[in-house]
Amino acid sequence: MSELTSNLTGRLTWDAIPFNEPILLWTFVAVALGGVAILAAITYFRAWGVLWRDWITSIDHKKIGIMYIILGLVMLLRGFSDAIMMRAQQVLSFGNSMGFLPPHHYDQIFTAHGVIMIFFVAMPLVTGLMNFVVPLQIGARDVAFPFLNNFSFWMTAFGAGLVMMSLFVGEFARTGWLAYPPLSGILYSPDAGVDYYIWSLQIAGVGTLLSGINLIATIVKMRAPGMTLMKMPVFTWTALCTNILIVAAFPVLTAVLALLSLDRYAGTDFFTNELGGNAMMYVNLIWIWGHPEVYILILPAFGVFSEVVSTFSGKRLFGYASMVYATVVITILSYLVWLHHFFTMGSGASVNAFFGITTMIISIPTGAKIFNWLFTMYRGRIRFEVPMLWTIGFMITFVIGGMTGVMLAVPPADFVLHNSLFLVAHFHNVIIGGVLFGMFAGINYWFPKAFGYKLDPFWGKCSFWLWVSGFWFAFMPLYVLGLMGVTRRLSHFDDPALRIWFEIAAFGAGLIFLGIMSLIIQLVVSYRKRASLRDTTGDPWDGRTLEWSTSSPPPAYNFAFTPVVHDNDTWADMKKNGYVRPERGFIPIHMPKNTGAGFVIAALSALAGFAMIWHMWLVACVSFATMLTAVIVHTFNYKRDSHIPAEEVVRVEGIRTRMLASHV
Amino acid sequence: MAAEAAPRFYLTHEHHPQNGTLFGFWLYLMSDCLVFACLFAVYAVLGRSYAGGPAGAELFELPLVAVNTSLLLLSSITYGFAMLEMQRDRLRTTLFWLAVTGLLGAGFIGIELHEFGNLIHEGAGPQRSAFLSSFFTLVGTHGLHVTFGIVWLVTLMVQSAKHGLIPENRRRLMCLSMFWHFLDVVWVGVFTFVYLMGVLP
Repeated sequence: MSELTSNLTGRLTWDAIPFNEPILLWTFVAVALGGVAILAAITYFRAWGVLWRDWITSIDHKKIGIMYIILGLVMLLRGFSDAIMMRAQQVLSFGNSMGFLPPHHYDQIFTAHGVIMIFFVAMPLVTGLMNFVVPLQIGARDVAFPFLNNFSFWMTAFGAGLVMMSLFVGEFARTGWLAYPPLSGILYSPDAGVDYYIWSLQIAGVGTLLSGINLIATIVKMRAPGMTLMKMPVFTWTALCTNILIVAAFPVLTAVLALLSLDRYAGTDFFTNELGGNAMMYVNLIWIWGHPEVYILILPAFGVFSEVVSTFSGKRLFGYASMVYATVVITILSYLVWLHHFFTMGSGASVNAFFGITTMIISIPTGAKIFNWLFTMYRGRIRFEVPMLWTIGFMITFVIGGMTGVMLAVPPADFVLHNSLFLVAHFHNVIIGGVLFGMFAGINYWFPKAFGYKLDPFWGKCSFWLWVSGFWFAFMPLYVLGLMGVTRRLSHFDDPALRIWFEIAAFGAGLIFLGIMSLIIQLVVSYRKRASLRDTTGDPWDGRTLEWSTSSPPPAYNFAFTPVVHDNDTWADMKKNGYVRPERGFIPIHMPKNTGAGFVIAALSALAGFAMIWHMWLVACVSFATMLTAVIVHTFNYKRDSHIPAEEVVRVEGIRTRMLASHV
Repeated sequence: MAAEAAPRFYLTHEHHPQNGTLFGFWLYLMSDCLVFACLFAVYAVLGRSYAGGPAGAELFELPLVAVNTSLLLLSSITYGFAMLEMQRDRLRTTLFWLAVTGLLGAGFIGIELHEFGNLIHEGAGPQRSAFLSSFFTLVGTHGLHVTFGIVWLVTLMVQSAKHGLIPENRRRLMCLSMFWHFLDVVWVGVFTFVYLMGVLP
């Protein structure tokens, strides 16, 4: 092979395509057929122009938020397929039967499952909700840096794309979701799997970091007049704290993954066994990012529950100030507990005691929040709509998960339970019961705001009951197995007595599957019944915060006039004190212009990442240089603004006036 | 309905929130600062893991690093001059001081590359020991930042020459100014922590 071709194609050969793995091959065929069908449908309906102009290049925070959530839901299907395969393998693989997944494939599946569920399901759902809701809640027209917002989304999406690509081209990491060295070093993982891991997370991480900066600047600088910090809705508060955590944590991930890539690509010795490397440093650094990360995910969910509980109890949130302080305390404490992820790795009793105690302290502000929600419900006029069901399901489930967490926080207990299925049950208990239930509550709650019609409650309730019962069936057996000493990440078992528990868990996973199906059916049914589910008022739940004061879906400019805030629960205050919607006197509105630059730059960075994974040095250099050029060229574009003329505002607001009149 | 007038619930004029660019850029700098914090921490852990190879005391040429440091510190002063000229609305002198800043930065990078070249030539490359891995990564990451700063500086000079000192360009020059001074502060840390403390026995 000549020098040039090796620089062009690197180590990518036909061997990288898994022709001899029927599961992957059929998945690929299915995905390819589905992809072709979607592309054909877009062409048939002549939707390419609309897709490019109104979505891909859109810098409207509402559309970007919706795209994030679509990305999260699509990736949920992928991450859940991995979960089903693991459950099936663990049921089948007993005694003489080895199940249907060879170990090297099984290891990729549990790694991909963790990476996808955290980075490409939970993060996009959380970021998407914050993007959609925060500017509306603070009475702003968009985020502080709308172009950057579009760019962030595409970085996340292309990062997800790289992970998906690893399914069919080459392989994914077999290291577990945090890729500890020396296993993830070049000696033990010489193939492309860990490189896929590194580059997809680096690319998505840049997007996450920039969107964190963006939302902090938005919340700090762009609140409507009168909205002091202690008048901000709780969801906005949790979004602020989450984004502070993102900005303070993701650089650590960037740095530690960069060091791991230097070890792999440049032969340095940061985490190797030789020449003075120190693998424990990786473990420390990755958890200094990793622990704040779990609070990055859960805080916005807490924010959703706060909004939902107060709306559906028809009351102001109990203990607003304590809720805010609890959020801030959790934000700070989340940096002081990282070592509890590796109590058993030789830190000594005093260090373990310190981190065990800080970990237990976190349960105090979290408990305060639970009580605040309960007291909000107390003597409230509770409406058991779907978002409220998810919230109650969360409160019951999450408290159990929190208590097993406190058990694990006791270092001597952790020596028994660490690395076992008890741990797996615990973090699924808090992430599914906390983050995911929160996102489903949020999606059901804000869907009418985003699309102008409610989600069908029947299928929503089906989804809720299937998910909740499925969760309990799927994970309670894992607590039992963990207490019996079964370790995680095993693809085969010898003791047939364990089998029944795995069968129960698999049954639970089946219920969750039906729950996901119900969610999809709910979306389809709601779309078909949209006429009868239509929200003409903009305020379908008798909401309390500003997003419910504008139409559903909101106009591009969000608010014809910037609201003035006098009280928290601004919209409830406006409704009570005789707010009259303005119908004349509209003025032109200044808005940013759409641009395709974010998509192009993110695509080039994904290409550079792909080339780095496969050691195509020439392609990597050229695509990186092109990306840099694209960034510079983009900065030469000074015409980034447009104006929505007053006549357009008059027209849009006129439609709303007629809609409101027809409702009454 | 209450007799008194309802409170005012909206503005009737266009609301212009404060521009958040400088604040956002500060946030970015702080995140970048954390990247450096990690690299400093890694150097603190690995800085004495020589693996039988050379130590800092044998490798570092302090006179050369002193020249290097003065170039970078001087470039911060000249960037300051450029900003003063920008505030007086004088495009040509602004561009002049920016060019001086860029040249000083390029000189800094040149000396650093020379130093790296010498080290690698002596067999003290980044693969030799964990100490050298962390040294090259910390110093190199700073150098990479300065290099991107120079690319950015040239871009802004072209844009300022083309469009003049319009508000957008002033804002961009302010951001680069913060970036440049930030790199200076990081370098003071590198100089003290890596070089001065590195030659201690």
